[in-house]
Amino acid sequence: MAWRVEVGLKEGIRDARGERVKREIHEHLGIALDQVKTIDVYTIDADLSQQVVEAAAQGPFSDPVIQNYAINRPLASQFDVLIEVGFRPGVTDNVGRTSREALQYLVGHPLDAHEGVFTSVQYLLTGRIDEDTAERIAAGFLGNSLIQRWTIIPGADFNRNTGVPVTVPRVVSTAEPKVLEIDLNVSDEELMRISREGVLALNLEEMKVIQAFANDPQNQAERIKVGLTAGLTDVELEALAQTWSEHCKHKIFSAKINYDDGTGHTETIDSLFKTFIVGVTRDVRAAKGKDDFCLSVFKDNAGVIRFNDDWSLVFKVETHNSPSALDPYGGALTGIVGVNRDPFGTGMGARLIFNTDVFCFASPFYKEPLPPRLLHPRRIFEGVVEGVEHGGNKSGVPTVNGSIVFDDRFAGKPLVYCGTAALMPAKLHGKPGHVKLARVGDHILMVGGRIGKDGIHGATFSSEELHEGSPATAVQIGDPITQKRMFDFLIIARDRGLYNSITDNGAGGLSSSVGEMAEDTGGFELHLDRAPLKYSGLQPWEILISEAQERMTVAVPDDKVEAFIALAKEMDVEATDLGVFNDSGYYHCLYKGKTVTYLPMEFLHQGVPQLNLQARWEEREFQEPEFSQPLDMNATLRHMLARLNICSKESVVRRYDHEVQAGTVLKPLVGVANDGPADAAMIRPLPDSFEGIVVAHGITPSYSDIDTYHMMACAIDEGLRNYVAVGGNIDHVAGLDNFCWCDPVQSERTPDGEYKAAQLVRANKALYEYCLAFGVPLISGKDSMKNDYQIGNTKISIPPTVLFSVIGKVDDIRKGVTMDAKRPGDLVYLLGTTRNELGASEYYDMLGHLGKNVPKVDAASALQRYRSVNQAQKLGLMASCHDLSDGGLGVALAETAFAGGLGMHVDLGKVKCNEVLREDAVLFSESASRLLVTVRPDNQAAFEELFAGQDLCLLGSVTEDKELRIIGLGGAILVRAHIDDLKEAWQAPLREM
Amino acid sequence: MSKQVRAIVIAGNGTNCERETAHAIRLGGAEVVDIVHISELLSGRVQLQGYHFLNLAGGFLDGDDLGSAKAGANRLLHAPIKDSEEHLSEHLRKFIADGKLIMGVCNGFQLMVKMGLLPALGKDFSQTTTLTFNDNGRFEDRWVYLKADPASPCIFTRGLDGITLPVRHGEGKLVVDSDATLATIEEKHLGVLKYCLPDYSATTQDYPLNPNGSTAAIAGLCDETGRLFGLMPHPEAYVHRTHHPRWTREEDLPEEGMGLWLYQNAVRFIRDELL
Repeated sequence: MAWRVEVGLKEGIRDARGERVKREIHEHLGIALDQVKTIDVYTIDADLSQQVVEAAAQGPFSDPVIQNYAINRPLASQFDVLIEVGFRPGVTDNVGRTSREALQYLVGHPLDAHEGVFTSVQYLLTGRIDEDTAERIAAGFLGNSLIQRWTIIPGADFNRNTGVPVTVPRVVSTAEPKVLEIDLNVSDEELMRISREGVLALNLEEMKVIQAFANDPQNQAERIKVGLTAGLTDVELEALAQTWSEHCKHKIFSAKINYDDGTGHTETIDSLFKTFIVGVTRDVRAAKGKDDFCLSVFKDNAGVIRFNDDWSLVFKVETHNSPSALDPYGGALTGIVGVNRDPFGTGMGARLIFNTDVFCFASPFYKEPLPPRLLHPRRIFEGVVEGVEHGGNKSGVPTVNGSIVFDDRFAGKPLVYCGTAALMPAKLHGKPGHVKLARVGDHILMVGGRIGKDGIHGATFSSEELHEGSPATAVQIGDPITQKRMFDFLIIARDRGLYNSITDNGAGGLSSSVGEMAEDTGGFELHLDRAPLKYSGLQPWEILISEAQERMTVAVPDDKVEAFIALAKEMDVEATDLGVFNDSGYYHCLYKGKTVTYLPMEFLHQGVPQLNLQARWEEREFQEPEFSQPLDMNATLRHMLARLNICSKESVVRRYDHEVQAGTVLKPLVGVANDGPADAAMIRPLPDSFEGIVVAHGITPSYSDIDTYHMMACAIDEGLRNYVAVGGNIDHVAGLDNFCWCDPVQSERTPDGEYKAAQLVRANKALYEYCLAFGVPLISGKDSMKNDYQIGNTKISIPPTVLFSVIGKVDDIRKGVTMDAKRPGDLVYLLGTTRNELGASEYYDMLGHLGKNVPKVDAASALQRYRSVNQAQKLGLMASCHDLSDGGLGVALAETAFAGGLGMHVDLGKVKCNEVLREDAVLFSESASRLLVTVRPDNQAAFEELFAGQDLCLLGSVTEDKELRIIGLGGAILVRAHIDDLKEAWQAPLREM
Repeated sequence: MSKQVRAIVIAGNGTNCERETAHAIRLGGAEVVDIVHISELLSGRVQLQGYHFLNLAGGFLDGDDLGSAKAGANRLLHAPIKDSEEHLSEHLRKFIADGKLIMGVCNGFQLMVKMGLLPALGKDFSQTTTLTFNDNGRFEDRWVYLKADPASPCIFTRGLDGITLPVRHGEGKLVVDSDATLATIEEKHLGVLKYCLPDYSATTQDYPLNPNGSTAAIAGLCDETGRLFGLMPHPEAYVHRTHHPRWTREEDLPEEGMGLWLYQNAVRFIRDELL
């Protein structure tokens, strides 16, 4: 029978969770309630004695100091409406999993496979709530119908003896595993129907290649030998679709593109990826010669660069956009624990040292009506932040760097970038740590979580409605603890030399992880029926491509399998032997001894036909706006500081543990009150060395509205500028490019596809040219190419966005520099030239203009400047350094001053401009490659000497009076504001988020 | 060999701070510091008795899924040692009875409180105190100031007046089961570290200096022997000046971080009393 244990707070104990829910219901839905109380519910579906359930309720499930409990009777009383929210069948229930383990310690033996604990939360609402309002609260805030279900009971209808009826959300499936044969000798229309209805996302050309494969007599002969027929099985078709998917094969980045630059000049680009991304890394590495620090690029789950003689540095950044749109919490949580597995599964495995996160959202204060199926940006904001918080904090990995970009077009698809860096031994058992190789005869071990229907077909919106009893497949919820246990185990297994190769199970699940590792040996044999399942009823193809989280695939030599499994068992980690790597040349899966896939490895990995794309650039007519300068520049500056893209993100940053592992020496919040905005983070990963890592990023999607070429250039420059500002070595830095685009393939649904493809080409050209000019190799990256929302006639496309992350080394963390002004009397310098470059700037946007003059990057002068900045840092000549980005000089001055708790008096007339500019343009131009620096007067001569011949302007000095005073071009005071007022304007907008 | 200070840091199931904790203990002067996965203790291969100083480090045991450290406490109380009749909890009682030291930080402190090891007012280790959700309902990372009670029996805080450390928790609010419990804690000076003003002059209930609304501003507790000690803030996160959030502007910060003092005291005590 099922037991229901309810746990509530004792009289007089503050219900902080209930209070928060009440507050947020008001903020999100505008519904004011008198009170919200919460009760935790554990539904135990197991054969247990009353005594054991009593012990569990008393012990692990409740806290005797603050909570009471009830078994099989309700605790709830005195409310107007009760809403109980629980998971749908098959959705990861982490609390339920932990409860089950806790029960096992009490009963002293493992529970049966079908026995489990399911958790839900009861919200007791007091206030005036009618039926509709209750449903709005449940659907609009407390629950998410994709993964959760709820019961609403008005107080008057509540039975005080029986309470809420017991429901056990167990997956009920009577499906018998079977393998279907698909007849591909059909018409083109029929081929496309097979692709569409199977959510295979294969185009006609690809389907025809598969058709031809199936019809090849030689292939047929081979297949018949292993007991198959000529037609492909559903397992094979799914394996091909997965391997050939945009997600795995990056077909757009590998496409042959015919690019017309708009002036009639055309060229053919054979793969953007090979030409520009791989191309620039090859050329930069060649130019660096013996100073090349790249160790492993583009071939593994993450890029690897040299750190020192003993350690190598690994970094990867991923996106998790679509899942986060559906279920912001689960999507983002999975995003972070998912990207954790990439560096972990690079080379022979690496220990995670920090996370980064960058989000692109619509305004949380968005007031327009939303198209169907879109969640409100505020809900997305809250959910994503909480997901990354839980993912990062619980995994024990500090989140050290990030940002949030706001643009209302991200209502269509939020962008959730998550990055993770790791450290691996440079040498492991006498071999380079970044090299791995599965050998013929190695066993295929799957480690970690079990397989369910999670994430099958990725996050494709399934046309099928979710119904009671059907597991949710569209979204996954990460489980940081299962993953953490697995990592603890694998690091020990690595150090004991128990495996030859490792990779993570992400997109494509086993199909992709085993398929990729088997490229080392040239084949494998995988027994799908041996895989441990979360529940029965999975079809063989589902087992093969499930994206269930927290799993790694490991190649274990025959003589070490026993030791590997024994160690796993002792550490409470599941490890299962699923087959062997061989050199058969075949992708060979079996189910209960019967062959279900038999595909040549070569066909699988090389068979996908190259996509052809048309790209046509058009010079669009942009104009600079005409308007008169605002009269009150104090107010204008305050308004700029309160812009969502500029204001403080402290409320979010504080929710991330940014110091765990005790290596974060430059934290995201700096300054006299620990609340100034750091440009970049500095990490000291080894406690016995002063060597460090700097991580930073650039992201400038607004510039894409004018020209993606300059957007890309500015993002690169911004990343490097932030990096250099804190002390990062410009000659030892690598880049990672993460493209998020809207669909660039011309079609009926995308009539401007050729233009979007041209935008993509231009961004790639800039990527090549600027990385080459700055000497920055790219070590890893990713693309997400379909960030559009389209339902009915409503289409929202995100602005083309590239996150450019940078990571590099510093020799001595003690030379690190922060952005806050340090002491009165210090001199204030601006490095770089200011131009009439306000196109797509925050200032123009605030005034409702786009403009034309997008900032352009002069890499040669920037590189010289950054090298000199490094010199000044080495010599200890800089008291502070802050990059100029959104909002330009005006914002940088204010931030530097209030972060330091000091005033600043500067003269705008001293700013070096390339032409005569108006005061507002000087203040808010976003010209690239500029830095604001403060210098102690004793260091003036040495500092100025370092920058001799470069653009260096002495603007004024830091003052004790806590006043930002800016003298205008005519000599009159343009801005005179107390730093507390500026700081308040900057802190207020997102303070309560 | 017998003159070595031997410390153990338990790892596994969501413990996150074992490495930096081990580093801090080493800097504090211990000769042997072992990071031991809990499975090693449960297999019987490693014994607690071989150590003087047990460290329960920060993290999220079992994800804090049943409330902070609840499932972790359940494991330590009930998990059997392989191929034996004994439980880890019995080994732990023996360790305490031998007068050895235990320090729990953050999740480790939550674990000690929920196992009844702190403040341990009765002899039966029944739970009288808990650590629960911060008043603002959120996890937060921020630096706080702590005032030490000079009259406390705590051996870890000897000689300390005040100390600044980071807190990084969502469940750090100390709550007691009765006024009597609080009165005993205060009388016996067991609430040894309290959230206070930046000049260490007075304790405070005001957010954010008191980051969670803790009863009587208590951030750290010890038992009557002073040998069992736990605190929410992270001493292992401040062992060098570059850990301090303002090291780039406060030029007179000593090289050594304040958190180190707690570990130095522990090692000194063991050397004087237990070796």
